[in-house]
Amino acid sequence: MKIRRLGIGAIALAAASALALSGCASGSSDTPTGSSSAVITANGSEPQNPLIPTNTNETGGGRIIDSLFAGLEYYDATGAPQLDVAESIDTDDSQTFTIKIKPDLTFTNGDPVDAQSFVDAWQYGALLSNEQLNSYFFEDIEGFSYDEDSPLTGLKVVDPTTFTVTLKEPRADFPLRLGYSAFYPLPKSAYDDMDAFGQAPIGNGPYKLASDDAWQHNEKIDLVVNDEYTGGRKPANGGVTFVFYASQDAAYADLLGGNLDVLDAVPDSAFGTYESDLGDRAVNQPSAVFQSFTIPERLAHFGNDEEGKLRRAALSMAINRDEITDVIFQGTRTPASDFTSPVIDGWSDSLEGADVLKYNPDEAKKLWAQADAISPWGDTKFQIAYNSDGGHQGWVDAVSNSIKNTLGIDASGAPYPTFAEQRTAITDRTIQTAFRTGWQADYPGLFNFLGPLYATNASSNDGDYSNPDFDALLQAGSSTTDTAEANDDFQKAQEILLKDLPAIPLWYSNVTGGSSESVSNVEFGWNSVPLYYAVTKS
Amino acid sequence: MSNNTPSSNHFVAPLEETPLVAIDAVKVGDRPSNLWIDAWRDMRRRPMFWISAAIILLVLIVAFFPNLFTQVPPNDNCQLSNSNGAPTGEHILGFTKQGCDVFSRIIHGTSTSLSVGIIVVILTTVLGILFGMFAGYYGGWLDSVLSRAGDIFFSIPYILAAVVIMSVFSAYRNVFVISLAIGIFAWPATARVLRAEILRVKNSDFVMAAQALGVSRFRILIRHVLPNSIAPVIVVTTISLGAAIVAEATLSFLGVGLPNSTMSWGNDISQAQTDLRTAPQTLIYPSLALSITVLSFIMLGEVIRDALDPKARAQR
Amino acid sequence: MAGYIFRRILQAIPVLLGTTFLIYFMVFAMPGDPLLALFGDKTPNPALLERLRQEYHLDQPFIVQYFLYLGGILRGDFGTSFSGEPVSAILARTFPVTIRLAIMALFIEFVGGVLIGLVSGLRKGKLFDASALVVSLIFISLPIFVIAFVGQFIFGIQLGWARTTVSSGAPIQDLILPAFVLASITFAQIVRLTRASVIETQSLDFVRTAYGKGLTRRRIIPVHILRNSLIPVVTYAATDFGVLLVGATVTEGIFNVPGVGRTLYQAIIRGEGPTVVSFVTVMVLIYLVVNLVVDLLYGLLDPRIRYVK
Repeated sequence: MKIRRLGIGAIALAAASALALSGCASGSSDTPTGSSSAVITANGSEPQNPLIPTNTNETGGGRIIDSLFAGLEYYDATGAPQLDVAESIDTDDSQTFTIKIKPDLTFTNGDPVDAQSFVDAWQYGALLSNEQLNSYFFEDIEGFSYDEDSPLTGLKVVDPTTFTVTLKEPRADFPLRLGYSAFYPLPKSAYDDMDAFGQAPIGNGPYKLASDDAWQHNEKIDLVVNDEYTGGRKPANGGVTFVFYASQDAAYADLLGGNLDVLDAVPDSAFGTYESDLGDRAVNQPSAVFQSFTIPERLAHFGNDEEGKLRRAALSMAINRDEITDVIFQGTRTPASDFTSPVIDGWSDSLEGADVLKYNPDEAKKLWAQADAISPWGDTKFQIAYNSDGGHQGWVDAVSNSIKNTLGIDASGAPYPTFAEQRTAITDRTIQTAFRTGWQADYPGLFNFLGPLYATNASSNDGDYSNPDFDALLQAGSSTTDTAEANDDFQKAQEILLKDLPAIPLWYSNVTGGSSESVSNVEFGWNSVPLYYAVTKS
Repeated sequence: MSNNTPSSNHFVAPLEETPLVAIDAVKVGDRPSNLWIDAWRDMRRRPMFWISAAIILLVLIVAFFPNLFTQVPPNDNCQLSNSNGAPTGEHILGFTKQGCDVFSRIIHGTSTSLSVGIIVVILTTVLGILFGMFAGYYGGWLDSVLSRAGDIFFSIPYILAAVVIMSVFSAYRNVFVISLAIGIFAWPATARVLRAEILRVKNSDFVMAAQALGVSRFRILIRHVLPNSIAPVIVVTTISLGAAIVAEATLSFLGVGLPNSTMSWGNDISQAQTDLRTAPQTLIYPSLALSITVLSFIMLGEVIRDALDPKARAQR
Repeated sequence: MAGYIFRRILQAIPVLLGTTFLIYFMVFAMPGDPLLALFGDKTPNPALLERLRQEYHLDQPFIVQYFLYLGGILRGDFGTSFSGEPVSAILARTFPVTIRLAIMALFIEFVGGVLIGLVSGLRKGKLFDASALVVSLIFISLPIFVIAFVGQFIFGIQLGWARTTVSSGAPIQDLILPAFVLASITFAQIVRLTRASVIETQSLDFVRTAYGKGLTRRRIIPVHILRNSLIPVVTYAATDFGVLLVGATVTEGIFNVPGVGRTLYQAIIRGEGPTVVSFVTVMVLIYLVVNLVVDLLYGLLDPRIRYVK
């Protein structure tokens, strides 16, 4: 009896003292003896789809696909494209591209990596009946159709190491896109049984599966070095094990507990402590994630007219982005000064009209009053919808409070329980409030942040924004072959957005992460994913 | 009957002259309120009863008249510059992460949390008693039907069920819906405990005695079996009142709780959870409010249970 | 006895139908298109969406979908998840882990709860009784996620006694901490129930008789009091086993246990019909078996309860 009582008392005491604790953790772990064959463990999440490059559109599967496959090019830490399998990518008019690939490359099963392996993979990914989630990446290639099975007539194999791509219209940033996983090649054997391939993919990248059943669903996947890989991503370690976590909190606890080497997402609950927990092993840098909220034009008071513009500008200036990123996110977000991201080539923090993104309560009140003179707001509620399964409540509440305190209107968050429900309400246009929007770039180019979101009738233009001047500038930027000129056009297009504010920019999401004491050379790519191949473990 | 018959023909004394009948008459004909009057007499002598009753009364007053206790509005004028701030003169418990007043939110959250607890408990107790009582007492096919109906609800865990229900009714997230979501899948626990207890009690000597005296089965159930089986139900019920208030917090944690504009302890606890290490006070105060309330109800439950049980009473 | 068991197995059929129907109906009624969530913040092309809907039967009316999945289950085909894994493989992988965890938690809460409840009941109103009340109250009044985070922080990170999360394969030693966390919620219920039951049993005639006969407390407490006090406790523990099997959603998430609760929660949130129905089917089967065993146990614990009718 005594022992039992002691036990319970001890637990109660521990629980009570835990609440008063705030100190840092001792990251003690048994240090394995070092060699380049040591396998690093990294956090991941269960892939939502089979591991087929054209069917993987989320980071859980994406980081595995990127490790298993090598495409025509890859992105280095700065986001600049480097040739991987390709020897050259040439074009004269940004519409027809000639792609030469390196000779004598093979997949890990011996199938050749040749022009045909790329063309076949792209044809597979684009075909409607194959139902590939990334099919939209091929939409600019001649022959592509969303509505029926239609081969990509723009793809031609010239010889085993050369093929040409013809686009429907010029796209200056097409070569930049080719590092994305949708453009990876597939071995011939894949087409025999795509379902089986998706469970145990065979690639040509820096890593390969440790065995056919290396993917232990919901637990982990084991990758080992592919010795035949000759590209620029030669692994400096013996392999990567991705451990799948249900929550970022669990992954972070494992990093502190010494069970995880590389972490690329610090949970909200550790924002205040991770820098003291991890010291110089903590990472906090901007990434290619842009966050905003969108006010559809069909909402009353927010039409594409004088009143709508005044109200949007007033709301934007009523939000104290500096304070919210500082307090709620503890500096893990960077206040936005445009619609793209600082890691993208061509980004600028001094666009004309960017003042509207600065907290200015007096001006906000003034503009709001001007809008009231056009049509009184009355006691309408202003709500921002968000999905409550994604940790958004904190900042939505803070933004609402900021608006409420500045403009004196009734502002609040409107939670949707699941992401699916929120996306459905947005997609079928039944949503009657403003709503959270975010964009993670597929490839490091300004156009990718603008075209799909704000061009007239674009696929993810959820607010139904339309402005012919904006469309014209996008078109001009896309068709030029000169990058500087293109970026100039895109920046002018952004200045229109800053006037119209189809979405209210909030901040850029930083990549926050860390590593254990036993690894070094942990660098994060432009897309927030660590460059696993460069990590060394001692 | 005996009036019409000459007494001389009887070997046995007439019924009205039998002392036994008088005793029986008292037992059978008396109101069952006797049990409760006895219980009341017992309870009012115990300090635990008065302490818990006083706290519950206080909590009820707070729930009905929050403005008597704080002048600070709970949700207006939340300034981020005060985030997780220390107490000041006007804000005696400091500030939440959003810079709202902790004390005011606890005071204004009382009615929400209390209502969730009470509605859930009423729901689970009423359903639980109905199903458990008839299933345990009558047995046979009725037991099968009722118990299997309970199984249907009980084999789906109530937190998962509540997640789904709250998602389905996401447009109507209020106290009633969340209580319904928690309670509708939680009652079989009460039913099962009661059924098991009734199975035990119905074979007791006093039940047989009542049967021998010709009391109807339903009457035996209500008068004798149920009051003697209710003790474990009261224990489970008072605890599940606390569990329901906590479940509301868990649903908030899973993202399907009450909207933030509705003040509730659960909401505050789940939001403070991310700052467990940096600002534990924002978690401790609402938890404390919840603990004290739950403790009072459990203490009251214990007192009532003891008072209702004549055997336990006799021991003292 | 055999007849009773047979009847119970027959009764399982409507329960199975009722439960799967109920849960499937609720998941179906959840607003939102699960397929849209597959595309993240991007809006998919309508033609592609339409084809995916057909593939997962999401274009069919509710009742057709339900019977499609149910028919599949009867044929042994549990369907596939969105990630292309057969649901039968998911079941085979998650249930052993969760069952292991549930048994461990149940053992902890039952042994600890009954012992403390017994002593509380025997020393009613004494210091031990009062402190047991307060301690169990702390656990009741803290939501499970707080207990889990605090436990993980103290024992996993600060003290390093336990692994912070459960490693691949979910070995027993990794499950100890989550099992304690799980046990902490219902531990209090067991303590209170045992205590109440012990107090009542103590006052019964046969216990007084035993004392009167001059038997020692050492013999009376385990044989007479404890055995006769266990019925409500066993019932509760059994129902709790069912809860533990699937109700560990939050704990499994925090400790990254690859078990049923976490998987089922994700399947519900993602609206994966076949996965949800299959899980609930297996879950109910286990639950019914456990309940049957418990009902049979009553007979052992209390000879007055008989099922032979």
